[in-house]
Amino acid sequence: MSENERDEHSGVETTGHEWDGIKELDNPLPRWWLWIFYACIAFAVVYWILMPAWPGLNGYTPGLLKQSDRADVVSELSALRAQRGRGEALLVSASLQQIEADPELQAHALAVGQSVFGDNCASCHGAGGGGAPGYPNLRDDVWLWGGSLEEIEHTLKVGIRAGHADTRMSMMPAFGRDGLFTAAQIGDLTEYVVALSGREADRAAVTRATPLFAENCAACHMPDGTGMRELGAPNLTDREWLYGGERSEITAQLTNTRNGVMPMWGNRFSPGVIKALAVYVHVNAGGGEPSLIKVEAAAP
Amino acid sequence: MTIIIDRTREKPVSGGPVSVAERQREKAKPRGLYQARVPIYPKLVHGPWRWLKWALLIAMLAIYYITPWIRWERPGALPDQAVLVDFAGARFYLFMIQLWPQEVYFITGLLVMAALALFLVTALFGRLWCGYACPQTVWTDLYIHIERMFEGDRNARMRLDAAPMSFDKLWRKAGKHAVWIGVAFGTGGAWIFYFHDAPQLIRTFWVGTAPMTAYVSCAVLTFTTYVFAGHMREQVCIYMCPWPRIQGAMLDEQSFQVTYLADRGEPRGPHKKAESWDGRGDCIDCNQCVVACPMGIDIRNGAQLECINCGLCIDACDEIMDRVGRPRGLIAYDTDAAVAARCAGQKPQHRLVRPRTVYYAGALVLVAGLMTQGFLTREAIHVHALRDRNPAYVQLQDGSVRNGYTLKIANRGFETAEIEIRYSGIPGAVLNSPGQTASNPLVVRVDPNRVTPLRLFVTAPSAAVGDGSHDAAFEIHAGDRIRSVATAFDYGSSLR
Repeated sequence: MSENERDEHSGVETTGHEWDGIKELDNPLPRWWLWIFYACIAFAVVYWILMPAWPGLNGYTPGLLKQSDRADVVSELSALRAQRGRGEALLVSASLQQIEADPELQAHALAVGQSVFGDNCASCHGAGGGGAPGYPNLRDDVWLWGGSLEEIEHTLKVGIRAGHADTRMSMMPAFGRDGLFTAAQIGDLTEYVVALSGREADRAAVTRATPLFAENCAACHMPDGTGMRELGAPNLTDREWLYGGERSEITAQLTNTRNGVMPMWGNRFSPGVIKALAVYVHVNAGGGEPSLIKVEAAAP
Repeated sequence: MTIIIDRTREKPVSGGPVSVAERQREKAKPRGLYQARVPIYPKLVHGPWRWLKWALLIAMLAIYYITPWIRWERPGALPDQAVLVDFAGARFYLFMIQLWPQEVYFITGLLVMAALALFLVTALFGRLWCGYACPQTVWTDLYIHIERMFEGDRNARMRLDAAPMSFDKLWRKAGKHAVWIGVAFGTGGAWIFYFHDAPQLIRTFWVGTAPMTAYVSCAVLTFTTYVFAGHMREQVCIYMCPWPRIQGAMLDEQSFQVTYLADRGEPRGPHKKAESWDGRGDCIDCNQCVVACPMGIDIRNGAQLECINCGLCIDACDEIMDRVGRPRGLIAYDTDAAVAARCAGQKPQHRLVRPRTVYYAGALVLVAGLMTQGFLTREAIHVHALRDRNPAYVQLQDGSVRNGYTLKIANRGFETAEIEIRYSGIPGAVLNSPGQTASNPLVVRVDPNRVTPLRLFVTAPSAAVGDGSHDAAFEIHAGDRIRSVATAFDYGSSLR
């Protein structure tokens, strides 16, 4: 091979190619670049052998390592299920009372319950379970459907006014909207309910509403207004109001009754998770049997 | 039309570089920004300081290698390793002491004490740490010893390095590096035993089931030991280590350091047998102090950043002084002030008690006292009270008010503890923990060696609490100790 032409200024060899009088200098690549390039080629060959690489007629070459993201996900999921299975089995085999009484089981149930509550319940009941207007406070001792462990577990399973056959169901009529009461009657009843909870009320209106309450409301809320847990009828004599205790809020509830819905969780969570959630709610409401003390009803 | 711009054809500016290409060629020339390492071939010396260094080397390597294998009986499933940094279990074990991550301030205090002790020792006796105890010094010394075993002493090594490659050179070099790497691996390998149960790890390490951190730590330390002790040596001290630069602030003219007694040695010069020593110094300029120096410096130039005060030049010089029949100690541990005093014809005075040393000693005693006090009053039971903030309170049907708390009860002891929790500050308040009847005080049992979370509810009659946040406290009675944990009791619409 003959000596290539040298560029007179730079002293670098040319490639011998010429375009319109421009000649290309044959500057070599930096050595470090070249070696990295060769290393990449070597790496690629190793990669073809070890990892899935080449498409074929019946799929692809699996590589010596048999790497598969899909298989990884499957094995990780089954490992997760196995790991959760142990806790699940513990929760299923113990009664709710046992779970709450045993420190280890209780800690496990609270951990599971906290994360499930945060993901599914907190959006309505609040992160701490403190409730919001229309969404019951789960931290106090007022329970529309019962506050024992079993009752909470059942409510969780079947939901409230949800699609389940055994769902917790109560339906207060929309007295105003459906034309059952006139606006004046609703005004009188509002005063009556205000009086029930021991507050100052218009005595004349209370007297006018007394027969109305006895005929229309006492069947569920009981003649003294203390409610009936079996029917999910709230106690009207305490200070807890699901939809608010101000006169305007009571009037609104009598007129356009709202009957809130809680989904049934029995078909979404495993029995162990439902149990953990029941224990979590129960513990955070103080645990034990909820107090049955009621505020003395003010005589209307 | 194509316009060709060829800057290489531009006329060079007079006086400047000839052309762009010329300038680029100029650029491509190697620049002297970095100085290549000047190889140092320290000569083996014999003498008391050398022996002291050998003894300390063996003692410190023994401590390093043996410590993880010391067993220490602990109750239950706790590790039986005397010294163990258990990251997985989040505990630090040191014989009878067990520290939790929350108590890392004890480690901090220990490091502060180590730093102050280093300051004090440096102010008094110079760089004793650098010369005798620093791992860099110890391992470099060991590596130089290995080098000497394969390649011989100073002159033989210099000849070998200058000689062309031969079979003799090859096996000596290869053997040296193989042993170096072996020692490096042993160094990294011993390190990981401080973090896992040693007898178990030594088995799992070889069958490949040890944690990845063990392999990575071992590999990193193997690499750094081989590079630092084998190849970089004095460069670590001179360029990487901050301490030689900091210690200048600790040293003064009264600090004992390896010193060439210029008052006695100068004027130096070659000396022939039977010549008179009158009118001249004791230094015969034999250069033995220089060839013995592992840092490659001349101690006769005075105190230097590079000098690690290892004392090897003292041994080298004493040997020569014996041979020429002059008293030992031309190079000795002495102070600059003493040398200056003798030069001026005065009697040297050594002052160990100086404001500087008093400050350092005082600070050291203070920190040590605080540490001891903290350690002696360390309590096994530690309680944190976390008040529920959402909701801040709930009102019950009977009108009473309830606040929720989570108590994090840490039991640092090795036995189950029974503690009594009393809520104070709110009259009529009762405590209850889920599953227990309400009472005040409440008695709970806490498992040893862990943090037990305890849900607690405090219920008080609303008549007893007004609107707002009230100061309250959990009084923890554990054994004969009572500890009060401040908290608050909330009630009122403003907090809702």
